[in-house]
Amino acid sequence: MAEKVLMKGNEAIGEAAIQAGCKYFFGYPITPQNEIPAYMAKKLPKVGGCFVQAESEIAAINMVYGAAGAGARVMTSSSSPGISLKQEGISYIAGAELPCLVVNIVRGGPGLGGIQPAQSDYFQATRGGGHGDYRMVVLAPSTVQEAVDLVMDGFDIADMYRNPVLLLGDGMLGQMMEPVEFKERKPRQLPEKTWAATGWKGDRPRSVINSLFIDPAELERHNIKLQAKYDTIEKEEVRYEAYNTEGAQVIIASYGTTSRIVKNVIDDAAREGIKIGLIRPITLWPFPKEIFAKVVGQQTVKAVLAVEMSLGQMVDDVRLAVNGQKPVYFYGRTGGMVPRPDDILRQVKMILGGEA
Amino acid sequence: MVKVFEKPKALTDKPFHYCPGCTHGIIHRLVAEAIDELDIQQKTIGVAPVGCAVFAYDYFNCDMMEAAHGRAPAVATGIKRVHPDKVVFTYQGDGDLASIGAAEIVHAATRGEKITTIFVNNAIYGMTGGQMAPTTLVGQVTATSPYGRQPEIAGYPIRISEMLSTIEGAAYIARVSVHDIKHLMQAKKAIKKAFEIQIKGKGFSIVEVLSTCPTNWGLTPIEALNWLKENMIPYYPLGVKKDIDGGGE
Repeated sequence: MAEKVLMKGNEAIGEAAIQAGCKYFFGYPITPQNEIPAYMAKKLPKVGGCFVQAESEIAAINMVYGAAGAGARVMTSSSSPGISLKQEGISYIAGAELPCLVVNIVRGGPGLGGIQPAQSDYFQATRGGGHGDYRMVVLAPSTVQEAVDLVMDGFDIADMYRNPVLLLGDGMLGQMMEPVEFKERKPRQLPEKTWAATGWKGDRPRSVINSLFIDPAELERHNIKLQAKYDTIEKEEVRYEAYNTEGAQVIIASYGTTSRIVKNVIDDAAREGIKIGLIRPITLWPFPKEIFAKVVGQQTVKAVLAVEMSLGQMVDDVRLAVNGQKPVYFYGRTGGMVPRPDDILRQVKMILGGEA
Repeated sequence: MVKVFEKPKALTDKPFHYCPGCTHGIIHRLVAEAIDELDIQQKTIGVAPVGCAVFAYDYFNCDMMEAAHGRAPAVATGIKRVHPDKVVFTYQGDGDLASIGAAEIVHAATRGEKITTIFVNNAIYGMTGGQMAPTTLVGQVTATSPYGRQPEIAGYPIRISEMLSTIEGAAYIARVSVHDIKHLMQAKKAIKKAFEIQIKGKGFSIVEVLSTCPTNWGLTPIEALNWLKENMIPYYPLGVKKDIDGGGE
C-alpha cells in the first residue's frame, strides 16, 4: 500500500478516488482532463462500480446529483468550459445538500480559451459559479501527491457536511508525472446517509431530495441553515502552507502549481540576501484569512505579492485578508503562459526598491 | 360494507394543487395504481420535473428527487446505476422533456437506461403561464405565439414517441390519452406495461400521455377534453409505437 509509484496527475486522481471508495463516475470528454474518465472507464467496472459517458457535462452533473441523492460516493471531472456547463447542477447539488467531488483541471479562458494550464477559474470556484447563496469547499493541490491526498479527504469533507467539494487543479498538474504514495488514512467519523433516496419501506421519513422551497420564509430558513454549515466549515476546514514566512521582507501568496515556481524564487532570492515567505492556500474556500493577518503583521514584512496564472483573482481575497495592513501587489501570466522565476523575482525587487 | 374505491397507497394525502379540469391528477393516479398493482412502492424512486408537476414529490408516496428543468432522465440514470434493483421513473411535461430536456431523453433511450418515463404532453407550458411548447400545434394561440404557431417562424410540433421509436435502446413506447374512460383504461395498461418492461430489465420505456390544460387553452374542462380529441389525436396518433417484448396492445 505505502509503495511509491510514478503516475500522471489525472490518473492518480482517478486511482485516489477509487481507493477512497468512489464507485460511480459520470463525465464528458474535454482536454486536459481526459485521462481521468479513461482511467475510471477502465477501473470502475472491476471494482463493482460504474462509469457512464454522459451526452454532455450538463447531463453528467445531473447523473452525479441522482447518484449522490441515492446515497453513493460519486464524482465527475471536467475542465473550465465544461465546468461552466456543470454550474446549474452544482447549484442544485448545493441546494439539495448532496455530497460529491467535482474535479476541474483548469485551462485558459474565457470562452473556448485554450488547453494550456491556467488559474483563471478562481472566481468561478470560490464565489459559487452557479446561482444562489452557496459555497463549495475548494481544494487546490500543488503536487500529484497532494492531489491524491486531497481527493481522498475531499470525499470525506463532502460526506461530513453534505456539500459538493471542488478539486481545483490545472493542466500542468493533470499532465505531469510524479511519484505518489496511496497512504493508509485514518477515516473520519462520518454521518450515516439516512436521508438518501434508496426506496422507502416506512422505517424512516420518506426521502425527498429537493432544492425547491416555494415559501420565502422557508427558503430563508434553508439558506440560514446552509450558512451555519458554511460557518462551521470556515472554522474547521481551513488548510494552508506557510513557508519561510518568519522575518520575511515580502510575502508571496500563491496556490497550486504556481506556488512551486514561487518556492524556486524563494531559494534564488535567498542567495541574493532577499527573504521571501510564501503563504499557499490549500483551501481556496474557506480562505486562510487568519494566517495572512498574522504573518503580514510582522515588522519585517514590507509588502505582499499575489502571483497567479490569471490577471488577478485570488489577489482580491488576499487584499481582504491583509485588510490594509501592508500594500498588496499582483503579478500574473495568463492564457496558458506560466510565470517565470526571474520575472517574479524582478517584481519582488521592484517592490522592495519602491518602483512597483 | 365492501370498499369499492380508494386512494392508491402510492399517493400521499396531500391535495393536488392542479387547476380544475387539468388531467395531471388523473395521470398521477394511474401511475400510483400501477405502482400499487405491481407492489413496487417500497422499491420505487421517482424523479419530478420542473413545470406544473414540480410538486410531484409531495404526491407520490415513495422516495423522490426533484430534478432541474429537463434533466430528470439524467438524474434517473444516476439513481438507477447506483440501485439497479430499484424501479426508477421520471414524470415530465412537454416543455421539460421535448424542449430543454430533449438531449437527456434521447440519450437515456440511447443508453437503454432501465427507467420509465411518464411524458405528459398538453401542447403548452402550463406553470409559466401558457407559452408555446415544441408540441404546440400549428395555429395554436399561446402567450408566445399570439398569432397562432406559424411553421415558418416556429417550425412544426415534435412527435417525441415516433422519434424515440427509432432508437435501439428504447424497449417500450406508447402514446395514450386520458380524454375519456376507454382511453384512460388503455393509458393505465400502457403505464403498467412500461413499469413491467423496466422490472424485466428490457430497456428504456416511455408512455406519452396526451393531456389537457383548460386554464392556458382558455377552455372549460369539458371543452378541453374535446379539443384534445379533435386536435391533438389527429397529429399525435395513439398506440404502441414500439414493444420489444412483443404483443403490442
